[in-house]
Amino acid sequence: MSRLTRQGTGPVAPSEDDQMAAVEVDQLTKKYGEFLALKDVTFSVEEGEVYGLIGPNGAGKTTTLRVLATLLEVTSGHVRIYGKDLVKQADEVRKIISYLPEDAGAYKNMKGIEYLNFIADFFVEGEKKREMIQRGLDVANLGERIGDRIDTYSKGMARRLLVARALMIQPKLAILDELTSGLDVLNAQEIRRVVKTAAQQGTTVLLSSHNMLEVELMCDRIALINDGHIVASGSPQDLKAKYNAANIEEVFVEVVK
Amino acid sequence: MRSSLSHIVIKEVKELLTPGTLIPIIIFAVIFGSLGSAFGGATSQLSEPPKLGVINQDNSTMSHFVQMDLEANSKIVYNGTDVQAGIQAVTQQDGAALVVITSSFGSNITNNESGVVQIYWIMKGTGILDSISSSTADSVLAKVQKDLSKALIDTHADIDSTVILNPINATQNTIFKGKEMAGINPATISAVMAGQSIVVPLIVVMVVIYAGTMVVTSMGSEKENKTLETLLTLPVRRSSIVFGKLAGAAIVGLVFAAIYMVGMGYYMSSLTGSSSIDLSKYGISLNLLDYVLVGISLFLALLFALGLCMILGIFTKNYKAAQTMTLPVTMLALIPMFVLMFTDFNTLPLVAQVFVFAIPFSQPIIAMNSLMFGQVTIVLMGIAYEVGIALVTIFIAVQLFKKDILLTGRVKSAEAKRRGSNSLWTMMKRK
Repeated sequence: MSRLTRQGTGPVAPSEDDQMAAVEVDQLTKKYGEFLALKDVTFSVEEGEVYGLIGPNGAGKTTTLRVLATLLEVTSGHVRIYGKDLVKQADEVRKIISYLPEDAGAYKNMKGIEYLNFIADFFVEGEKKREMIQRGLDVANLGERIGDRIDTYSKGMARRLLVARALMIQPKLAILDELTSGLDVLNAQEIRRVVKTAAQQGTTVLLSSHNMLEVELMCDRIALINDGHIVASGSPQDLKAKYNAANIEEVFVEVVK
Repeated sequence: MRSSLSHIVIKEVKELLTPGTLIPIIIFAVIFGSLGSAFGGATSQLSEPPKLGVINQDNSTMSHFVQMDLEANSKIVYNGTDVQAGIQAVTQQDGAALVVITSSFGSNITNNESGVVQIYWIMKGTGILDSISSSTADSVLAKVQKDLSKALIDTHADIDSTVILNPINATQNTIFKGKEMAGINPATISAVMAGQSIVVPLIVVMVVIYAGTMVVTSMGSEKENKTLETLLTLPVRRSSIVFGKLAGAAIVGLVFAAIYMVGMGYYMSSLTGSSSIDLSKYGISLNLLDYVLVGISLFLALLFALGLCMILGIFTKNYKAAQTMTLPVTMLALIPMFVLMFTDFNTLPLVAQVFVFAIPFSQPIIAMNSLMFGQVTIVLMGIAYEVGIALVTIFIAVQLFKKDILLTGRVKSAEAKRRGSNSLWTMMKRK
């Protein structure tokens, strides 16, 4: 796996001797009342890595991402993001992450440019803010439509805007839930390209998907999650070799047999 | 197979008739039922003879006739010679008025002048129902005048017909909260007070409805449009999000309420403009400090409303559900408005006083009425209570903002179980 250092003004610039994992999840358990949604989930993500959680609906992918995004409480276990304790330093964690929910929306009464401006205001000001918004405009690539109200956007346009929002802040960790869910092939391909570029520039990416092709295309390593616990993990190539499978879908079926 | 129409009707009814919509309506019906029985109890006073005190300073046949007629038509709780002692006795006995038949009553009538009767009304409260006892006493005095007229026609036909028709000249004095107000009766004071003090309850209700609805629908909208999750992962404290939403709603709610009140102000001035009674000459008015206290009380009531609506908003699932969420808060604002419109806070039974006082929306209304009569202590107590409950409410809202329930709602556990059991993977495994 390659470790890359961001070029430019972004927050990711690890020193040569900085060996800390970007994400360390240790025996994470999450309960909704009596329902056990995650059971002793353990994995780690290295800096600059694209790590994928894959599994069926209701397997616990979104719950894992929501916990890591500081949205849900930890029932037990430990999570550290760039060395910061998720529970004790939640405010600090939020400064270095960006979370894109599966069915995320934007404020529909705003114009695209206003939305990017609104988000940028939480992070920087002055010239840095202008640079941040420009990055957002480049990623969204909506042309003149960026000046239109968001409620006039197609699903693909809205998703591009939201991806732009998530990546323009150059987070240390981008948490992306079902990145291309519901998008057509062209829009999906474009968004994957944008995320890959961000990863190459140093952003660590943790994504979830039930699209096996997407996972193979994008991820350095993956974890297969089912019924709230991780059943297998490794690089797509290693997993295919281990289970003698032609693709990740076959690995998937083999693992949960 | 059901018809298409009935199918849609059933679906709509199921969607609209939920515990969330039904329970507030039931509570509303129960409250109105209770108010109805309270009014029924109050109006039953109309059929009871009023409690009066009588001082007869005259020794004429006519004054004795009036005294006997009063005794026959009312319950006399004081019969003596001292006005102050009489006022005290009638007040203690929960009576309506002290009637003083002046020393020249009989001679005035025989000299073709109306006989003077001084009435000291004991006013209990400013509510509409509080003036019932004085209304019944008024009816008794009207009957006494009529009876005296009849008697004079039989015995003193030589007296001027105008005097025979109006043999009693009643001078009115009202005693309320230690103030003696000459030349005015309780019904007039109540009417003017109602006209003036309706503004505060209306502001309370309007602000609660507008600002409260904003907060709840903002939460419902954030959840429905899936923008809340993004907001919660931005580098901003949960308390800042809560206070930001509260402040935004407060500003817009106050602007809306102000626009509404401008219209309402014109309406009220057209009503009170026709009133010739100026209560300020009796010392019933508010000074600048009083207005500041009412303003503080109103602001704190708004803060509590917003905090409460924020808590409700946390539990709402979407924009539509948010619409019904404001009902309980609106009703909570309507209760003191209706109760204190009909009865004075001071004349309520102790249990009712505690209940009304506990509703923070009562405080600005109580403040307005109390400060008019210089009662500052209860207003300060109310403000202290409002500060406490507003802080507690907002603290709870901030804490809930840090909990899973903000995103998962109440049904998550069951939903998660359902999703788990129906997942593609579970089905694949079953195969």
